[in-house]
Amino acid sequence: MTTPYSEPSADEAAVVFDAVSKRFAASGESGAFTALDNVDLNVGRGSITGIIGRSGAGKSTLIRLVNGLEKPSSGKVLVDGVDVGALDEAGLRNLRRSVGMIFQHFNLLSSRTVFGNVALPLEIAGMDRRAIEARVRPLLDLVGLADKHARYPAELSGGQKQRIGIARALATEPKLLLSDEATSALDPETTQSILELLKRINAELGLTVLLITHEMEVVKAVTSDVAVIDKGEIVERGHTFDVFTHPKHETTRALLSGLPGSKLPDAVARGLKPAASAGDRAVVRLTFFGATAERPLVSQLIKSVGAEVNIIAGTIDEIGGKPYGSLVVAYAADAETSGRAERFFTENGLVTEVLGYVA
Amino acid sequence: MSPDLLLLIAKATFDTLRMVAIAGLIGSLIGLPIGIFLATSGKGELFPAPNFNRLVGLIVNATRSTPFIILVVAIIPLTRLVTGTSIGTKAAIVPLTIATIPFFARLVEAAIRDIDKGLIEAARAMGATPTQIVFKVLLAEARPALTLALTMTVVSLIGYSAMVGAVGGGGLGDLGIRYGYQRFRPDVMLIVVIVLIVLVQLVQSAGDRLARRFDKRSRKN
Repeated sequence: MTTPYSEPSADEAAVVFDAVSKRFAASGESGAFTALDNVDLNVGRGSITGIIGRSGAGKSTLIRLVNGLEKPSSGKVLVDGVDVGALDEAGLRNLRRSVGMIFQHFNLLSSRTVFGNVALPLEIAGMDRRAIEARVRPLLDLVGLADKHARYPAELSGGQKQRIGIARALATEPKLLLSDEATSALDPETTQSILELLKRINAELGLTVLLITHEMEVVKAVTSDVAVIDKGEIVERGHTFDVFTHPKHETTRALLSGLPGSKLPDAVARGLKPAASAGDRAVVRLTFFGATAERPLVSQLIKSVGAEVNIIAGTIDEIGGKPYGSLVVAYAADAETSGRAERFFTENGLVTEVLGYVA
Repeated sequence: MSPDLLLLIAKATFDTLRMVAIAGLIGSLIGLPIGIFLATSGKGELFPAPNFNRLVGLIVNATRSTPFIILVVAIIPLTRLVTGTSIGTKAAIVPLTIATIPFFARLVEAAIRDIDKGLIEAARAMGATPTQIVFKVLLAEARPALTLALTMTVVSLIGYSAMVGAVGGGGLGDLGIRYGYQRFRPDVMLIVVIVLIVLVQLVQSAGDRLARRFDKRSRKN
């Protein structure tokens, strides 16, 4: 079911983290601490790679190493083969002009119009007025804000501000886009539209996107690959679909439990027992992907089990572009019914997990 | 009131305006870069020079904590050196300028420190040089606050300029002391006070209006 994951080779990678550690010295009230501990990670060229973790897990530090806003304490960060840590200030500025970045709080200049904000990186790069004009217009079209070019950020919604942030990040035609919690300040609907835009940019411009987030929804919606970070270490790594359907690490499971459809209703969760006694019902999670997600499995299940089957929770979704379903059902836990159910699951290639038993 | 007296008041108003304008212009031109330096030269900032930063901060504090009237007397040698005299409107411009520099510098520092650090990070991520960050981000974003800082500076200068009247500085303060106080003319004193109030009001409302025009942070449609 899962395709074995192999890290993109250094040649195929837009960004390589090679045994990277970052320690912060003690200052003031906060003691010294290790933000990143020996991180190895290759970000595939042209991919949308997500790094997910709770706040304080080290993901902000990790993304800032890529454009040299932070320097590693040890190890190397390579961007298109260039060792970021070895660059001097001028070299760093050149690198940064080829790496776009978007932020949680947009970081737009309130004193500049929409046009002026998108033009800023080009002015910084020393481009002349006419060339800037020619570059900015199509970018505003791309993000759907051409009619707002003379407005100021304060006059726009959060989603529109992030679109400007994206247009600004793309102005210097980078090959890599860093997204620092870019949708965390937005409502779910706006988040979806920003993520759609990132997907489109990735597909149309062939841009590699490295995004950090604490929201599994974001990872699920756009990324092809994901790394889970916890306490400065990468604890799980793989194709997004596999990590979602077969989470291995505890942190991943905890992050996934927040997703709608993956939680049992409270009333059921409270009554759940680890072992069955007479007359109990088994609570089973069925996971199906790809072709099985589209077959009329529920009616077949009821027919072959030949007993009452309750649906307790369920969700049908798409992860990394693949259809995915999860269904929690309950049926009599006696040996005969269970045997029939298990046969049915095996015949249909369903992944099952017995969650427990209820009276 | 005699026409002579009205002429005196007009002349004193003009003197005050001249002192405030020249001291304000020179003082803020020197204070602005000092304020920028104070706001950007701390440890880990754009132009890190923590020791020099502390030294400049110390000098600024020392100047600011010296009572103005003492500053006027204390720098008489400097005033003589620059203007050739220690009495009159021209001489008063020197201490006024000296007092303006640290006052405005601290206000500039506060205005710049108030800017969201995220904007500096965004500019660094674009590959901006520290100088570009100062001109394209910090000064541009701080423009409303800098306008208010300048307004506040000019208003205090009007007050200070009345004080130099006490040491023969000329202007409205001088007129108030010599005619209003020493010659027992409460009517002259009243007019001097009213003219000062009107001046301050005009400067304040002009400054407020300009700052509002520069400020694009609030939704306006």
